[in-house]
Amino acid sequence: MTGRLPDAFAEFERFAGTWCLATEAERYAVRRGSTMADMIEFHDAFLPRLEEAIELCNAHALGELPEEVLHLLQLVYSMIMVAMSVEIFSQPKTVDSADAVLVRVGEPTP
Amino acid sequence: MARWPKPVEGSWTHHYPALGSGPVSFRDSYSPEFYELERAAIFKRAWLTIGRVEDLPRTGSYFTKELEVAKTSIVVVRGGDGSVRAFHNICRHRGNKLAWTDYPKEETAGTCRQFTCKYHGWRYDLDGALRFVQQEDEFFNLDKNDYGLVPVHCDVWNGFIFVNLDDEPRQSLREFLGPMVTALDGYPFDKMTERYEFRAANNSNWKLFADAFQEYYHVPALHPQQVPPAVRNPEAGFECAHFQLDGPHRMTSTGGARRWDLAPEFQYPIERICRSGNVGPWECPDIGDPPVGINPGRLESWGIDNFQIFPNVEILFYRGWYLWYRYWPTSPSTHRFEASLCFQPARTVRERIEHEIAAVMFKEFALQDAGMLGGTQAALESDLLHEFPLNDQEILVRHFHASVAEWVERFRRDAAGSLA
Repeated sequence: MTGRLPDAFAEFERFAGTWCLATEAERYAVRRGSTMADMIEFHDAFLPRLEEAIELCNAHALGELPEEVLHLLQLVYSMIMVAMSVEIFSQPKTVDSADAVLVRVGEPTP
Repeated sequence: MARWPKPVEGSWTHHYPALGSGPVSFRDSYSPEFYELERAAIFKRAWLTIGRVEDLPRTGSYFTKELEVAKTSIVVVRGGDGSVRAFHNICRHRGNKLAWTDYPKEETAGTCRQFTCKYHGWRYDLDGALRFVQQEDEFFNLDKNDYGLVPVHCDVWNGFIFVNLDDEPRQSLREFLGPMVTALDGYPFDKMTERYEFRAANNSNWKLFADAFQEYYHVPALHPQQVPPAVRNPEAGFECAHFQLDGPHRMTSTGGARRWDLAPEFQYPIERICRSGNVGPWECPDIGDPPVGINPGRLESWGIDNFQIFPNVEILFYRGWYLWYRYWPTSPSTHRFEASLCFQPARTVRERIEHEIAAVMFKEFALQDAGMLGGTQAALESDLLHEFPLNDQEILVRHFHASVAEWVERFRRDAAGSLA
């Protein structure tokens, strides 16, 4: 079976099933349901190659991303989401957000 | 201690002496009686921003807006002549809601040639005229000219669609906005069409939530995570560089070193790689010379402008993009918060990623405000305390509640006058 991601990023296939998600709502939900250990593993593995991943995506026109590049971009978006927990709050949930919700109801694609 | 010069009077608050400097009450933010007054005195008199012209791209494009505070729903539509019109969203025949999908209290949008009522099939043109009545000859002297949709005063300022629910607005939209806000004329809002939209049902009065976005005094305490732990200074205060009031509207500017000009340890790793974050992209496409209304204090190291447009709108101008908030009351103790981050459309994947991280970090810190305000609402409702001190950094909070009180007082006077 071929992978979801570009060959150069095959080492991250193990995260693709969880984190290649099209919408912020999905990424936020998975973050809130994840353990810190899982998110730290993803974050620390991907961070050193994040710049390179962005460069690869950026070599394509925004509206014409091949499927595997689109998946890589989704992984970048999930990295941003996970970084909120790993780099900033040290917990899955935003510190001091109490019972508040804020739903993203509109966003550009991809 | 002061990093920025104060006006000659010694403080921003004393620069506007009508405000006074004593403690204020927040009874206006939980009293059911006051809420009832606000409905009539403010939301049925002020111009209210309910959308952008980009939401109506072509003839027949429409959207509905639920205004619980005014107990009405509005349908806004672009007509064949290109103009934008607003109507109460109700069929003249038996009072059915005209434009809605599966849930009558939820907003909807679409494109149509005519509005057709689902109940008995009455049809209205895009200009509101009643065009078709099923079995018209069964009615008694029905003149279709008498049964067009009920219009709502509607006007557009720089692409923002405003409505006014008064029988006859006391001011034109431009008069209402006044010189400070209309000095923003020409800002390229129309270029910033890539929008990240957020909504929340929040457990606080609409004014309390607005208060959290019109002072930065709370930032070090509530949002310490805006800077990484290594450079976090619990003693650091926050001082705005400029404040300005005009009628019921108000604004503040921040200044100082920009996030991207600071040493790398002031940014999170994800921000450094994405070259964007808490205050948006480090670089944005040039928008040319800004209008005179931007940075009215003429700060050399300008940061952001925070405009509070009465009653319930905030526009935050960053470099090359803006944030647009709306606070819609749904009860004395709740409101619906709407926020839009508006960027120039990304030309590259990298620019899109810059926008994504800005939208993600916006949500993190807005969640802290939203979470905390439920606590403020709950405690204020004890009705125990009625005198709260506000400092000079909180001048916009003071002015906001004073403006609300002024509008309510004027309404009371008018009501008493009409009874006399």
